[in-house]
Amino acid sequence: MELADFERLRGVWSKPVKNEVEKGAIRKFADAIGDPNPLYRDEERAAESRFGRLVAPPTFSRTFDYGVIPGLEMPTEGLIHGEMAYTYHKPILAGDVLYASFALTDVKERAGKLGRMILLVFTYKVENEAGDLVQEAKSTVIYRPEGGRAQ
Amino acid sequence: MSAKRYQPGDHLTPLTKPPVTKIQLVKYSGASGDFNPIHTVEEFAKEAGLGGVIAHGMLTMGFVAQMLTDEIGEAGDLLSFGVRFVDMVRPGDIITCDGVVQEVKEEEGYQVVTCDVWAQKSPGDVRVVQGTATFRIPLA
Repeated sequence: MELADFERLRGVWSKPVKNEVEKGAIRKFADAIGDPNPLYRDEERAAESRFGRLVAPPTFSRTFDYGVIPGLEMPTEGLIHGEMAYTYHKPILAGDVLYASFALTDVKERAGKLGRMILLVFTYKVENEAGDLVQEAKSTVIYRPEGGRAQ
Repeated sequence: MSAKRYQPGDHLTPLTKPPVTKIQLVKYSGASGDFNPIHTVEEFAKEAGLGGVIAHGMLTMGFVAQMLTDEIGEAGDLLSFGVRFVDMVRPGDIITCDGVVQEVKEEEGYQVVTCDVWAQKSPGDVRVVQGTATFRIPLA
């Protein structure tokens, strides 16, 4: 895809996808990071906390399925994750049923030292069954059509 | 419950992680669903010009998140958290996360604390991740 193709998709949201927050997925995610926080794995301890259930770590929503933006074909090479920013409205807890969607909200072209770059800003939205906003995230991905490292 | 009152200039409690391992990158790929082979397949990463596998930026962000949730404790809430991915992290790197308070406000029984946060390979070394976070902790 080229700049004009990305620009055409700006503001098009994916259809929200239902995601069920599983306790095993929380534990595996916390284990991979090496975070021993008992709220992520000790159900009795979590039950006694103000959350009442196992809690998901701050970057756990990375694991969700956000659906598909019709027509968006992300390149598999030449991508760098440049920035990630979360706004938290409600905690994510084991057993939650959440609806996740995303859109390409900004597209910019820059001339960098290592060649041409396309900056893609994706906005991610997580809502609960009542339609309340649980979390938002903004991810900036740098795409070098002529190739480059990824992160 | 934390009785600590934050002041601008206060350091958060730093967190030093064990060395990043290749197994950890495989585990993070599986747990996060990010199967980009630059994180797990040595040959692929070399062909991509990376000199070997590199860690997911989001894994390092997860380390900084761990420092923040340890700091905030169960009574507090993380309100926002954002980072820029500045440099690559490789297996064997020992990452230390740190932060400094920039602003403290009092709102409805909470202290609302905004801080600069970062991760680096060793104290004083180049920062691999740089960002900001805002959290709140009950005053009582």
